[in-house]
Amino acid sequence: MIIAERKDLKQITEMLEGRKRVLVAGCRSCVSICHAGGEKEVAIMAEALRLKAEREGREMEVSEVAVERQCEKEWVRGIERQVAAGDIVLSMACVEKCGGCGDCVLHLTGGVCPIARCAKSLLNGPCGGSQDGRCEVDRETPCGWEQIYQSLGRLGRLDLLEVNIPPRSWLPSRSGGPRRTVRPSVAKGAEERAAEVRR
Amino acid sequence: MRSGSNLERVLESGRFAVTAEIGPPRSASSEAVRRKARLLKGSADAFNLTDNQTAIVRLSSMASSVACLQEGVEPVMQMTCRDRNRIAMQADLLGACSLGIRNVLCISGDHQTFGNQKEAKNVWDIDPIQQLMVFRQMRDLGQTWGGDGLEERPQVLLGAAANPFADPFELRVVRLAKKVNAGADFIQTQAIFDLDRFERFMGMVRERGLDRRTHIIAGVIPLRSANAARYMKAKVAGMRVPDEIVDRMSRATDPKKEGARICVETIDRLRAMEGVHGVHIMAIGWEEIVPEIVRECGLDHRP
Ligand code: SF4
Ligand code: SF4
Repeated sequence: MIIAERKDLKQITEMLEGRKRVLVAGCRSCVSICHAGGEKEVAIMAEALRLKAEREGREMEVSEVAVERQCEKEWVRGIERQVAAGDIVLSMACVEKCGGCGDCVLHLTGGVCPIARCAKSLLNGPCGGSQDGRCEVDRETPCGWEQIYQSLGRLGRLDLLEVNIPPRSWLPSRSGGPRRTVRPSVAKGAEERAAEVRR
Repeated sequence: MRSGSNLERVLESGRFAVTAEIGPPRSASSEAVRRKARLLKGSADAFNLTDNQTAIVRLSSMASSVACLQEGVEPVMQMTCRDRNRIAMQADLLGACSLGIRNVLCISGDHQTFGNQKEAKNVWDIDPIQQLMVFRQMRDLGQTWGGDGLEERPQVLLGAAANPFADPFELRVVRLAKKVNAGADFIQTQAIFDLDRFERFMGMVRERGLDRRTHIIAGVIPLRSANAARYMKAKVAGMRVPDEIVDRMSRATDPKKEGARICVETIDRLRAMEGVHGVHIMAIGWEEIVPEIVRECGLDHRP
């Protein structure tokens, strides 16, 4: 299971800059269980975006949707029309093969994950072993950075490849240690849990 | 002067630089490195000591670099991102500088599955561009990445690799630009056999003015046999060997001589290219040919 934590609103609004029709897309699987991107969180996010836009006098139309599993194409196909109607999708789940790194960079990499799809988890472009679209590790495996390049090309955002991404934080990843509560408001209190045991 | 290294002096003076590679042995003794250092002394301005190349355990690049220093030749210590996290890298940079090493090459490193301990866990906490950013901060701001002040800054010339023969081709110059922006003082390229493609790459480099912001040192490998050429063409990811080279090697009655001749011809053409500031000779396991090649090119009498 993937454990997620929502990015902060400031960063999200930066990512949405200039967009007018936003579709907030949640997922009823992993991210719903950890209260980061289920239906409820989608509603909260959508409302927060609407309020913020209104307060700042910006025009923004926000719609909401949640699918069973965003990581499977079959489920995502069901919302194709809504996706096409917006000019950006704010996914609160993992639309990509996800390595669970905890600090998502898909907005910089054309929706293709460099952590899971590059054998070296490189963040600043393909290594010198990428050839004919294949990874140096195995000629059968596509090079993740070639895929990122193709995707950014389709999106007209090759400019993103020119920017140096500084060392990232691995704190929220696996090496961050065992699971812990990051949203105390949704966790059961000690009393509640004790009551459950008594029952 | 950023580092005071010999390599920096040569590059800054505008002279055509020569570097060469020395592969460390699978040994707890540095004698093999010393022998090669003595053999190659005077043939190049600095020598690259590889860092567990192809993910095979060898004498460390730092220890090998120190052996070179003791033999009176200047090392370029290679440091991959495969085996160390950012903490170890910064400690190793300080350690290397404290031992007198003045040139460090930042590289991502071959994947561990190339070696014979495929089950090893890799690191890649940071990539080579981020490694350059971290090292430059240490040198220029006197601070670790965590922000701690350093009593003594590492005086080091920072290098990085570029591979004009990997794909996507248009991204290769972008990667190079990113490395220059991150702090690469010099660049050593993958071995060049396909001169036409390299010429196109250099055109893009000049267009962006990168040749004026860093020193590009072009890589070459002297071929020893037609089989070596065929192997590199077919098996080494990110390497391009034109058929014409393979044919020449296959037809030769003395392949070694032909390989050295091809290498000399390549260096001659590279020297004529605008923006190429030096040549890097990687004669892995055939180091004794380096002095001959350098002499043939008229590049001996190093300062
Ligand atoms: S960058 Fe990749 S591994 Fe990290 S959260 Fe995003 S999809 Fe998952
Ligand atoms: S070839 Fe591509 S996927 Fe493989 S390690 Fe290099 S950049 Fe990553």
